[in-house]
Amino acid sequence: MFHEKQSGPAAAAALEAVGYRVGQQLAERYTRDKPRLGDALEIIKFVCKDFWQALFKKQVDNLKTNHRGVYVLQDNGFRWLQRLSAPPPGSDPAREEAARQLALSYLHLPAGIVRGALCHLGVSCTVEPDPKQLPSCTFTVRVM
Amino acid sequence: MLRGGPSGARNPPSLEQINAEVFTLTYGSIVRQLIADFEDIEEVNKQLEQMGYNMGIRLVDEFLAKAKISRCSSFRDTADVVAKQALPMFLNVSANVTNWSPDQTECSLVLTDNPLADFVELPEEYRELKYCNVLAGVVRGALEMVNMDVECRWVSDMLRGDDCYELRIKLKEHRDEKFPYKDDD
Repeated sequence: MFHEKQSGPAAAAALEAVGYRVGQQLAERYTRDKPRLGDALEIIKFVCKDFWQALFKKQVDNLKTNHRGVYVLQDNGFRWLQRLSAPPPGSDPAREEAARQLALSYLHLPAGIVRGALCHLGVSCTVEPDPKQLPSCTFTVRVM
Repeated sequence: MLRGGPSGARNPPSLEQINAEVFTLTYGSIVRQLIADFEDIEEVNKQLEQMGYNMGIRLVDEFLAKAKISRCSSFRDTADVVAKQALPMFLNVSANVTNWSPDQTECSLVLTDNPLADFVELPEEYRELKYCNVLAGVVRGALEMVNMDVECRWVSDMLRGDDCYELRIKLKEHRDEKFPYKDDD
């Protein structure tokens, strides 16, 4: 009950907004001495490499795209989820779902940061985080 | 609030560090979000303090586990530990302890550098905002967990044009250690 009250849609939106601003500001700082980035793919690659490195001390492990505006960024050991304990493999689905929901609440902020950075660099998009198997997670970027 | 200090002799190198810009900008963004949500500066100050308190009561565990220190014998010792060990461990700055009151229950932590407030300018209409109030809460929460009830308030703030950040700490009560259960529980 308490948890629901604390992390309802309002809290998620607030965290997303906090992240969005941080992403904007960081993107500005990290691209200051760089030549102009070209198309969407180049911008996404910048986020996967340099930006990720600065934020999470590693790069994105895998980038997939369908070449029609959907990019899937996969990080196999997302730093901000590293201290969450995962349910043992093969435990019952309810527990796994609970862990997933908990992890999701930690991902609003980074998702906001990624969206803020991308939007500020000229790629308007939505970002959807998905913790699949802790501590790995994916961010699905849909260009609008 | 996890920023390890430089891996010197005093700071255990095991502390993980976060990019300072991410830390500073995230804090700034949180403050802006609070201002947008509450629309009342007094309320924002209160919320920041409360957030800090919630951090402090947890952070003190981390501190005691990582800093290899022994029991403080007086409030003077405690203030020194906060200024010279806890602040460097989590914020990578240290403070000076000055302005002791004659009865040794009140002192000031003076910071000349404050990573929370990098890049920050306070607009005129937010002059009453205690931007770093989260720190006051952290100190209050942490000391409460080691049986000291204190009151913390900012008396000077570089964002408002003073020449340093000064956090006034007043010891209200030094509680005795009590075992939380009775024999027959």
